[in-house]
Amino acid sequence: MNAPGASPNQLTAAQAHAAETGETLFADSKKLGMACFLCSESAFFITLLVAYALYLGKDTVGPTPAEALSMPLVIVNTVMLLSSSGTIMLAMKHYRDGRYGQFRVFLAITILLGAAFVIGTAFEWKDLIEAKHLTISRNLFGTTFYTLVGFHAAHVTIGLILMSILLGIQTAGHLSKESPAAELISWYWHFVDGVWVVVFTLVYLIGR
Amino acid sequence: MQADTYTVAPARRPLTSVMHEWVTTVDHKQLGIMYIIASCGFLVLGGMEALLMRLQLWAPEMDLVSPDTFNQLFTMHGTTMIFFVVMPVEAGMANYFVPLMIGARDMAFPRLNAFGFWMFLFGGFLLYFSYFGAMGLYGAGSAPDIGWYAYAPLTSPAFSRGNSTDYWLLGTMLSGVGSVSFAVNMIATIITMRAPGMRLSTMPLFGWMILVTSGLILFAFPPFTAAEIMMLFDRHLGAHFFDTQAGGDGLLWQHLFWFFGHPEVYILALPAFGIISEVIPVFSRKVIFGYATMVMATVGIGFISMGVWAHHMFTVGMSDTIDLLFSGATFLVAVPTGIKMFNWTATLYGGRLRMTVPMLFALGFLALFLIGGLTGIMLAVVPMDWQLSDSYFLIAHFHFVAFGGILFGIMAGYYYWYPKAVGRMMNRKLGLWHFWLQFIGFNLTFVPMHFSGVLGMPRRVYTFEAGYGMEIWNQLSTIGAVVTGISLAIFVVNLIYSYFRGREAGDDPWNAWTLEWATTSPPPAYNFEEIPTVKSRRPLWDLKHPDDPDWKHE
Ligand code: HEM
Ligand SMILES: [Cu+2]
Repeated sequence: MNAPGASPNQLTAAQAHAAETGETLFADSKKLGMACFLCSESAFFITLLVAYALYLGKDTVGPTPAEALSMPLVIVNTVMLLSSSGTIMLAMKHYRDGRYGQFRVFLAITILLGAAFVIGTAFEWKDLIEAKHLTISRNLFGTTFYTLVGFHAAHVTIGLILMSILLGIQTAGHLSKESPAAELISWYWHFVDGVWVVVFTLVYLIGR
Repeated sequence: MQADTYTVAPARRPLTSVMHEWVTTVDHKQLGIMYIIASCGFLVLGGMEALLMRLQLWAPEMDLVSPDTFNQLFTMHGTTMIFFVVMPVEAGMANYFVPLMIGARDMAFPRLNAFGFWMFLFGGFLLYFSYFGAMGLYGAGSAPDIGWYAYAPLTSPAFSRGNSTDYWLLGTMLSGVGSVSFAVNMIATIITMRAPGMRLSTMPLFGWMILVTSGLILFAFPPFTAAEIMMLFDRHLGAHFFDTQAGGDGLLWQHLFWFFGHPEVYILALPAFGIISEVIPVFSRKVIFGYATMVMATVGIGFISMGVWAHHMFTVGMSDTIDLLFSGATFLVAVPTGIKMFNWTATLYGGRLRMTVPMLFALGFLALFLIGGLTGIMLAVVPMDWQLSDSYFLIAHFHFVAFGGILFGIMAGYYYWYPKAVGRMMNRKLGLWHFWLQFIGFNLTFVPMHFSGVLGMPRRVYTFEAGYGMEIWNQLSTIGAVVTGISLAIFVVNLIYSYFRGREAGDDPWNAWTLEWATTSPPPAYNFEEIPTVKSRRPLWDLKHPDDPDWKHE
């Protein structure tokens, strides 16, 4: 088969533009695709947030957020998740500079912090369900709370899976230097953290 | 020497091997064809449902179908037409032609592309599986009967027993996942993979319209998905999102649905606008009038259409202020749409018109979409909407837009691009029969609905009473629906007949100007031997007229 490939000296319009301006987001389809996907994800979370805000205080039976939510655990949780954004930033810095050993260390720390967040959430939910009798069908608060926080936690879990796969592939030496995978996963992780900041503000600061 | 698999005539292969190739393909052209063929299948289903409804409404108090069945028919018809006919046929055309028009070898993410197609197809299967599997434990209903916007509390466990509503939710949700992946892919392709020299400002307008449509999909579908998840939680986990007794609110569903639903109308319309913007210049032998305003109007529509959703809710009793705001925003969206109408008309003006079949459909689009737009402005007037909403006037309005506008535009696309994809022209005689019967049949169906609607005939009701002057209008509509059905049958016959017997098309049968016509018909798997370098909006004109290229004038 001799289907002609793109001749190497021919740049697409976007590549030519990137060469001129140094602007790569709009020349790299994978980065742009990820950015678009994250836009749609934010539309998804905004919808859940709006529903949460709209139904605040509309419950016909308790417990209310003030009665049910306790702060200490969730603050520890938040600190862990936010610092995982810092550790993945460090990991990426080492990755770009070619220090793959440190990259793996910081990526592993990020995974541990994220996993601790998920476990922390599990303990929070156990307490809410067993001690406070708050379930998804208990009242409106339970409905919106578990949906919002649950979808966020699901995204964290997906992020953990992605990072673990990345770590595995990189350790096995199967990740090519040009692959944007590490950077795209770090974007996703920052996004998940950003969503948590909004969720935390709405659920634990404003709504409580 | 190794044989070239693309130029050597292929030996006849066993069916299984052909099937295997199609099922596993990630080629944008094959996926495009699969989208289009699947949408034809769903068009037959959606059309049969429409025909059954019209036959039931032939005369007062008929009992061809039961009231319950009628509820299922309009739900399945509306859902099918929107999610499984117009969305996929446009996705198919965009898939096939956008890479060709921008001079790319494939989409940015071929496997994601295949994923999107299969999500759509299985979504459709899931919806129709409800006819067999939705009885659930309760033996209640078979197909969903909740209307295409599935208002709460019709969808609550108390009113919708069995699983039909769940199939509706899951089917549309899956196809929505497919649409989002399509949108991500299209944006990445259009932004990063244009041929050397093709700036956004010299990209074909079809590409622009697909770009804006994809942007709309990105922001409109996820809220819909979220709302559907809430509904599923309500139905199966005992959540209370739309449960009034527990403080929830059915109105939230309406807002979330229409926050998706109105942009969806433009998601369906913009690709059709794109087709019209390609067809009219080619058959007027003039460049498009006002390319820049066309782009601006498209982007403007994109933004404004995100802020008009509650005009679908004037009758639920929102506050006067909200009514006023959304009424005003709706008038606003008419401005960029009007600009487009003027641009198309101005392109026709003084052109050397060639009355080919695609051109006829484009002209039909202009006339009918104009009427749909005008009745839309009538309905944006709040008191007018109070009177006419949920009547057949509204049905007439949106079919003028969805059928007279969008589907006529899509037909123009079929006749225009078929020669490129198949290598043969569609038969002109059959095409003329198709066009005229569809044009007459369409008007015969939907013009009378304006009258029956004004007389007070409500939508979504399985019959009507004698003696209110509605018999004649309903009979005309039903005759029109039969004529429309015949026209669509001729269309399908033409598709098949021309595949075997059509005249050889050659590379560029219309003497057109965009890059898809620069390669063979059908194009090879890699699209272009050599990626062309683009200097103007009409690269093919430049090639054909090296003495007077466009880029000297633009
Ligand atoms: C083949 C020609 C068509 C005919 C004869 C037809 C006829 C009808 C009829 C009789 C109804 C039900 C009115 C009622 O009782 O409320 C209806 C509803 C509807 N149609 Fe069509 N239609 C056609 C094509 C289309 C197309 C092309 C689209 C969209 C792209 C479409 C979208 C809808 C929608 C969304 C509804 C509302 C369903 C609901 O009430 O939930 N139709 N149509
Ligand atoms: Cu609307």
